[in-house]
Amino acid sequence: MTWTHYIPALVKGAEITIVVALVSTVLGGILSFVVGIARVEGGPILSKLALVYIEFMRGVPLLVKFFWLYYALPLLGVSLDPMTTGITGLVLNISAYGAEVVRGGLKSVPDSQFEAARALNFSRAHVLLHIALPQAIVEMMPAFGNLAVQNLKDTALVSLISIADLTFQAQQLRNITLDSARIFTLTLIGYFIISLAIALAIRLVERWTRRGAAFPRAAHG
Amino acid sequence: MIYGFAWDTSSPLAYALSILPILGIGLIVTLEAAISGFAIALVLGLVWCLLRRSRLKAISWTVAFVVEFIRDTPLLVQLFFLYYVLPDYGITLPAFLTGALALGLQYSAYTSEVYRGGFDAVPRGQWEAATALNLSRFKVYRDIVIPQAIPRIMPSMGNYAVSMLKETPVLSVVTVLDMLNLANMIGDRTFEYLVPLSIVGLIFPVMTTLCSAGIHALDRALPKAGFALR
Repeated sequence: MTWTHYIPALVKGAEITIVVALVSTVLGGILSFVVGIARVEGGPILSKLALVYIEFMRGVPLLVKFFWLYYALPLLGVSLDPMTTGITGLVLNISAYGAEVVRGGLKSVPDSQFEAARALNFSRAHVLLHIALPQAIVEMMPAFGNLAVQNLKDTALVSLISIADLTFQAQQLRNITLDSARIFTLTLIGYFIISLAIALAIRLVERWTRRGAAFPRAAHG
Repeated sequence: MIYGFAWDTSSPLAYALSILPILGIGLIVTLEAAISGFAIALVLGLVWCLLRRSRLKAISWTVAFVVEFIRDTPLLVQLFFLYYVLPDYGITLPAFLTGALALGLQYSAYTSEVYRGGFDAVPRGQWEAATALNLSRFKVYRDIVIPQAIPRIMPSMGNYAVSMLKETPVLSVVTVLDMLNLANMIGDRTFEYLVPLSIVGLIFPVMTTLCSAGIHALDRALPKAGFALR
């Protein structure tokens, strides 16, 4: 076996890894905003609930989440297929970290913006959607970029609940050929390339969030 | 029965209580893995950071690439790499040591950035004064820079120590008998995973909260000006 024999199986695994990473990052991103906004704007009860969610989900290791969803949840009568389990685990994980990013971003919007909005008698929803978030999102992007790369690395753990991702394929190949060094080197390179692609994609999204930014903020560049 | 402790599956509570001692033994392994992994990360991160500051471009660029590569690839795959590849080259380590090494390697990429931030935060005048006094590079780091950088890097290092603690369950994949592995083994034998996995799921947030609080307290207790290394 030479290097090139391993490529097709690894590419097949990489495709699954990319799908899992993309779906969980997007869903996790959406949930981050829901939880993060609940934490900042949610009133006494909702914001406490969001805090508990954030602290608990950040405290439980991802692998424990996976195994709990995979082995323990069926005993409560809920059986999810491996793909749903994997994506649910990742979304629960990334959303807790993302919610803190959203909170930090909203806190970074100057108070004067909120005061001006109140003076103009805008509704709370309007202030949030049209004034606070468009400014905050620019501040959030670098942190979200780090989370997306972290999430990609975390997807390797879905191989342990029998999803045929890049790591899973590498393990299968190794079990057949015992050619560990080459297979895992290629696998590491595969993840490195996907990380670089994600970092690049995030930079493009970041530029998009800056479109039409008012002049003082553009200086952050 | 594991480690001489039998379980009692008559009720969930009795079951939980009967397996606590087993999970307790696993908890010790989890903590040992985190502590040894972090010790490796602290040393290796410093090595990366110092090599990156080398005047030789060949060294500093290579190290920069290696650190970036480690940072952008999953701990699990690095762990498999060390676990399967090292023995092929005649280096056979116990699973625990391989695991600690993988944790340390992954986190050394993070700690090297923390060191860099800490060194950069030491005022320029300190570096210039040290140069003016004709101190060797070794002495500049040991006596001037590192002592002042320690209080600055403590908070980030503490955060990484806590997040490393949360990554230790990955070691169960290479047969390390940590808390998660033992919980799974109990589940395999009793066909009842809910209680052991839920206990592990509860112990971790409690443990990380305690560790964060401990690190904050330690951080506040440290002298802000730094302290001498000898």
